[in-house]
Amino acid sequence: MTPFGYVRAADRIDAVARAGTGARFLGGGTNLVDLLRQNVEQANELVDVSRLDGAIRESDGGGLLIDASVRNAALAAHPLVRRRYPVLARALLAGASAQIRNMATVGGNILQRTRCMYFYDVDGARCNKRQPGTGCDALGGFNRYHAILGASDQCVATHPSDMCVALAMLDAVIHLSGPDGARSVPLTDFHVLPNATPHVETVLNAGELITGVELPPPSDAITHSEYRKVRDRSSYAFALISVAGGLALADGRVTEARIALGGVAAKPWRATRAETALVGKAPTRDAILAAIHEELVGARPLSGNAFKIGLAERTVVAVLAALAGARA
Amino acid sequence: MSIRVNGTEVSPPDDARVSLLDLLREHLHLTGTKKGCDQGACGACTVLLDGNRVLSCLTLAVQAEGSYVRTIEGVADEGGDLHMLQQAFIEHDGLQCGYCTPGQICSAIAMAEELRRGDPSYVTLDIAAGPPGVTRAEIRERMSGNLCRCGAHNGIVEAIEDMLAETLA
Repeated sequence: MTPFGYVRAADRIDAVARAGTGARFLGGGTNLVDLLRQNVEQANELVDVSRLDGAIRESDGGGLLIDASVRNAALAAHPLVRRRYPVLARALLAGASAQIRNMATVGGNILQRTRCMYFYDVDGARCNKRQPGTGCDALGGFNRYHAILGASDQCVATHPSDMCVALAMLDAVIHLSGPDGARSVPLTDFHVLPNATPHVETVLNAGELITGVELPPPSDAITHSEYRKVRDRSSYAFALISVAGGLALADGRVTEARIALGGVAAKPWRATRAETALVGKAPTRDAILAAIHEELVGARPLSGNAFKIGLAERTVVAVLAALAGARA
Repeated sequence: MSIRVNGTEVSPPDDARVSLLDLLREHLHLTGTKKGCDQGACGACTVLLDGNRVLSCLTLAVQAEGSYVRTIEGVADEGGDLHMLQQAFIEHDGLQCGYCTPGQICSAIAMAEELRRGDPSYVTLDIAAGPPGVTRAEIRERMSGNLCRCGAHNGIVEAIEDMLAETLA
């Protein structure tokens, strides 16, 4: 670990002003401290934003405003989140462990980096994300956990967040503040696919800080939503496949479907094709399977993860069929 | 600003790279808190930070400035009587080698508070309503951040059940 300074930001303006060259914002540290210790990343200064105001409040439009420094555990336990956005509470609780959820912030969760083991293996592996142009050892290596959608011949890493899969499904908006002012970006546009530049993971500009996340008012398909995570052990493991799903019905037919997938791509994958295919249909298992199949026809599995296509299909069917059954 | 560790005021380290875990073990010689993986995967280093369970290996000591850290050394009462959970671990054989035990105990003490507040877990069926009380499934899920390579999990769960039966009754 290279030496670095540490300073606590007094407020957001102070934080942005301090974000000079080589400085990094520090949230809970659950990912960044590890990356610094492994020498995957280096910093000359950490600007601690984890103690900035962390409020959760209703927005004027009936949605929810969540400050970036809110801890994952506090967000999952919040009464409004549990009642109106159950998919978000369950996704948060599916992630990491209770200890890590007490530390990790919302902003840090969005910016956490892939858990691809070749990305972490500084001394032993080639990685275009860590060191552009060196190659990708995951392509011909152990790629059971890697992407089936949106990958490139440069990088097949997945985004590890559970929370972000729920945020993608909810049409959450990320609020940013930087040297050039404030702006907002839909979460589904915030992370980018690897293409030829896998080291570029988001649309965040240099020195920009995530200040908060805004959720829309809860529609019927949002209040009736669930998150299911499939992994190699039943707790405290990253997803092989995860599904955030929500369903609204009228007269036995789907009026609104919301589906996002985790563990399949470098970003949380909003399954818009599947959603469109389901609207107007009766939510039978066959109809759900046909819809998600339409989303996954473009999937390109690697040597070790072809199983993910069927697993994603079955998990989507399980989640949506359960939601339909509960509403019947 | 200082860090309060089990009631004693301690200065933060000059080097910002020092983890809270290394501050406890190497600087303060409080070696009850254990270093397992040092990368947030095992839970052996769990301590209580302002009452919440956290991983001291992924916490920079400077981040704990102004906070109260409670470690396994601060769990028994001042007279030296064991915490009821420490006693329950002994009675239920909740350990073999004992390396994960300080983390397990700190973790479970905070978990009891989370249950008392009604916080849901991933296995809580009705997220809005909260946990249906103390079940083994809830305990196991809530303690999944603390690994035990000896496989003493059954004894650990029984010890925690004992504590919860007394404190949540």
